Amino acid sequence: MSKKELRVGTIKNGTVIDHIKSGFALKVVKILGVDESIEDVVSIAMNVPSKKKNSKDIVKVEGKELASSEVDKIALIAPNATINIIRNYEVVEKNKVKLPSEIVGVVKCANSNCITNTEEPVTSKFKVINLEAVKLKCRYCGRKIEEKISEYIV
Amino acid sequence: MKFKDSDIVSMQDFNKEDISELLKYADYASKRKLDKPLSGNVLANLFYEPSTRTRLSFETAMKRLGGSVISIDSTQASSIAKGESLADTVRVLEGYSDIIVLRHPKEGAAKMAAEFSKKPVINAGDGSNEHPTQTLTDLYTIWKEKDKIKNLKIAVLGDLKYGRTVHSLVLPLSKYEVKIYLISPQQLRIRSEWMDRIQENKAEVSEKEELRDIIKELDIIYVTRIQKERFADVQEYEKVAGYYKIDKEILKKGKDELKIMHPLPRVDEISPEVDETENAKYFDQSANGVKIRSALLYKILGG
Repeated sequence: MSKKELRVGTIKNGTVIDHIKSGFALKVVKILGVDESIEDVVSIAMNVPSKKKNSKDIVKVEGKELASSEVDKIALIAPNATINIIRNYEVVEKNKVKLPSEIVGVVKCANSNCITNTEEPVTSKFKVINLEAVKLKCRYCGRKIEEKISEYIV
Repeated sequence: MKFKDSDIVSMQDFNKEDISELLKYADYASKRKLDKPLSGNVLANLFYEPSTRTRLSFETAMKRLGGSVISIDSTQASSIAKGESLADTVRVLEGYSDIIVLRHPKEGAAKMAAEFSKKPVINAGDGSNEHPTQTLTDLYTIWKEKDKIKNLKIAVLGDLKYGRTVHSLVLPLSKYEVKIYLISPQQLRIRSEWMDRIQENKAEVSEKEELRDIIKELDIIYVTRIQKERFADVQEYEKVAGYYKIDKEILKKGKDELKIMHPLPRVDEISPEVDETENAKYFDQSANGVKIRSALLYKILGG
């Protein structure tokens, strides 16, 4: 990662999620569970000029190394994102996000009559049935989500 | 599948061998008087929606096997009216019973209940999703009437979009070498999820809007109720409901051995004049519900 791209400044230690499709950074942050209770420094850069694509979004979480298992679910909406682990200003690990076989929480079932869309103490669970054009199948009611997955992010 | 202590949530969990094992056992057991093998066991009926056949046939089955039955069949007269969750209710009932039979208006309710309960849960209908014990009853009826399931031509007629008995039935049928005709008005066609699942299997499937064109080929017509409440326009409902009415006149176009099945309740999709014909099998089908549920309870609790 060149310094030129680091619009919101370099971080000493932490995680940089790079190559997020433009406009999706806020949803990525939501999937990662970043909300007002977080104490780490989180920087969000949107529509950053990119060599490969015209523009991209970037999310940086300082002081925290996010494990792949925590981040992989963002592949739902940002399949080309990379996770860079930074230690002492150096990228020590770089991985592409990989969609897990099951998505727990994060996505709301498209079927309004599904038991997961009630007050019951149950978390939505989806089997990932197609990795290319991502398709999800609800573990409970069997309904598929085949398009516009980002609209069902909780 | 292993029946002992299993949940019965979806027909997707059954392969042909499981179905065959259960049908044969139901037939065997129905011809013998078993010596109360489930004596001391308690079945909890937990019904959030009305039911006649499913609830009472489970009750009859359990009592004939020597067990007893506790029921919540009025959600207004239980803690459910106070807002108790299904997850809590099943965990309470698992302390009182050996098996829970659940009907619930939400799709996936039985799957969730089975995750919370340490005791087996039987899905007695979850919204418009599935109704596996009705399907086992239907398969038993087809097998008893035709002595086989393979190579039959079966039409499933009516509300294929919301009918849970339809969803549970077409899936196992598609694993046999049968020809399935799905006959419905456009707005009640089967959902793509179900079509995808059945097309993965061996059966030949075709969707039609008219019964008259193909009735002469059929061995079985499985009729379901077209639900008036699904139509915004009453005239539209009356038009399609009329299309699919089974009466003596349309039966003349079919084979003599054509069998008419229906999970019941019917409203007016089968004329009462059909009841007296040799074609009508829906009351036998309903009676078979006790046999198949007895076999299932025995296999889960006693087998």
